[in-house]
Amino acid sequence: MFVRGLKRKCVDGEEDVEGTLAGFKAIPSYNLQRQSLLDMSLVKLQLCHMLVEPNLYRSVLIANTVRQIQEEMTQDGTWQMISAQSTGPSSLDRLVSTDILCRSSKEQPEEKLIQGYSSFSKDFEDAQLQGSAEILRPAPVQAPRDFQNNVWEMECPAENRGSFHKSLDQIFETLETKTPDSVEDLFSEVDSSYYNLDTVLTGMMGSSKMGHCDVLETFPQASTSSNSSCKSDLNELDHFVEILVES
Amino acid sequence: MCKRTKEDVCVTKTFRHRTRKRKKAIADIISTVEFNHTGELLATGDKGGRVVIFQREQESKNQPHRRGEYNVYSTFQSHEPEFDYLKSLEIEEKINKIRWLPQQNAAYFLLSTNDKTVKLWKVSERDKRPEGYNLKDEDGRLRDPSTITTLRVPVLRPMDLMVEATPRRVFANAHTYHINSISVNSDYETYMSADDLRINLWNFEIINQSFNIVDIKPANMEELTEVITAAEFHPHHCNTFVYSSSKGTIRLCDMRASALCDKHSKFFEEPEDPSNRSFFSEIISSISDVKFSHSGRYIMTRDYLTVKVWDLNMENRPIETYQVHDYLRSKLCSLYENDCIFDKFECVWNGSDSVIMTGSYNNFFRMFDRNTKRDVTLEASRENSKPRAILKPRKVCVGGKRRKDEISVDSLDFSKKILHTAWHPSENIIAVAATNNLYIFQDKVN
Repeated sequence: MFVRGLKRKCVDGEEDVEGTLAGFKAIPSYNLQRQSLLDMSLVKLQLCHMLVEPNLYRSVLIANTVRQIQEEMTQDGTWQMISAQSTGPSSLDRLVSTDILCRSSKEQPEEKLIQGYSSFSKDFEDAQLQGSAEILRPAPVQAPRDFQNNVWEMECPAENRGSFHKSLDQIFETLETKTPDSVEDLFSEVDSSYYNLDTVLTGMMGSSKMGHCDVLETFPQASTSSNSSCKSDLNELDHFVEILVES
Repeated sequence: MCKRTKEDVCVTKTFRHRTRKRKKAIADIISTVEFNHTGELLATGDKGGRVVIFQREQESKNQPHRRGEYNVYSTFQSHEPEFDYLKSLEIEEKINKIRWLPQQNAAYFLLSTNDKTVKLWKVSERDKRPEGYNLKDEDGRLRDPSTITTLRVPVLRPMDLMVEATPRRVFANAHTYHINSISVNSDYETYMSADDLRINLWNFEIINQSFNIVDIKPANMEELTEVITAAEFHPHHCNTFVYSSSKGTIRLCDMRASALCDKHSKFFEEPEDPSNRSFFSEIISSISDVKFSHSGRYIMTRDYLTVKVWDLNMENRPIETYQVHDYLRSKLCSLYENDCIFDKFECVWNGSDSVIMTGSYNNFFRMFDRNTKRDVTLEASRENSKPRAILKPRKVCVGGKRRKDEISVDSLDFSKKILHTAWHPSENIIAVAATNNLYIFQDKVN
């Protein structure tokens, strides 16, 4: 992705990474990396969506990461650019995941972001818990809590959510129209483009935005090994009967 | 003693969870390890729902080097895969946690849990059987009373030792989300079970009722930004417990204050270091394990890159922070991509609370001496784990030239991770689970 040992300025408008930048020539590499991270997170979230009961711990952390990126992108105006881009014709050379981002969707259903992974609704769980173990909740304490929540909801109607929220809803909408197969395809294609993300994104948001350029050169090929080795294969296992005790 | 532990750790034993079929290999991955309160027994649970209990051998004079080795004592199937028809969802049989109850009679009791159901198991020995009944025939059927003309008193005859595991209680249907922790209270009558959003309090005798003591589920799940990651009772004060969250905070609650402990009495959080801020800050600050010291004075927390010790009397920052594998800081994006960043490493205290231990990647595990501030990286691997071999400290090369005995960050194997370890309650014996292998190490026997 980056040429090894090549000195680059931090904000490099000329950079064109294998034609993937298409309409984003003005955006510095940091933004591209951030975009890739966002794409990766969205794909991960989408995969979470497909599970009836995803790992809540993981999906909450990913969703928070997406929110954080959104916030930053809204602040520096990048998010609007992407939204504007969405009307243009989509180029095949673009990052596949950018392609997802750029598709416009007709309808904008509210509250797509988190609902997917919280698909087990309250009714569901209540139904399940009834007639089995009875969970005693101290009613007097619980009641005011719920009341408070309701009040809060009434005070914060939907329009209070940032404008980027709607765009994100679009993204999820488009993601959801894809079949599981195609999402997996996305995943595999996107893979190789992340290899240098570590160097840029880790410790990137610190005090000086120049700092990461130096880091980039120190680790020109970060994380080439981890990907393959992490797909855990257990081929070292031999297969005998029961538990074998060695002394 | 501690110093010696760190410098000379030798292999006592290596066990493998094995089954016949290759596709079953996943089921053999050890998912929890726990010593009982005397250290005589060591229990492991695996992804296949099995519990294997090891017992320490009595010391024998003719084989002094075999001092206290652990051998398989009992194996039983604790949980079976289930199907939730309402959600159309498979419930894994994987054992998430095992906790021993303090021993009160000849039998042993332990709690084991998968994602949804906690079970209380009794493990007992039988070495005699009654003989000479004449009320039943050979097949165990009752005889016709009219045919019995004499009364015979049965006698107990010795037989081969048999270890039986029987389920005594099944605590089901109280958790909507995945149970991540169970903890036995010091009153020995209650225990708690924590899932991603709630903590329930149970009495051991009552299976159809539990008290919900913590509930962080927002009315609207869209607003959910935080989950409970671990919870534990105070070792001495039965009213106090702590729970940790995915936002890197620890809450201490007092059950005397109110029935629903949604207001904590203490809140432990370290302010974020702005110079280290990145998109992954929150993920790596998420706490994967929380443990009270044996003394009850301190709590230890493990996050992705560090292990921290907190004084219960100081909430604004930990008193000690140890770097477990800081060299991964530059790799966070790949670790996010391949999901390793969500690995939940656990941590343990030694018997005297002076040394702490936690796991890492590449089958490495780390020990930190709180007094001398020295630390060591050791490797649990089959190659260098011949019985009574002494473990060589390992080093990961960070920047600059790699020395001969060092391993570079790029060649670490991220599929070999040590998430679960246990430390004997009073001696320097440790158990380390590395995928489907269990290693037992002890300090060097002279």
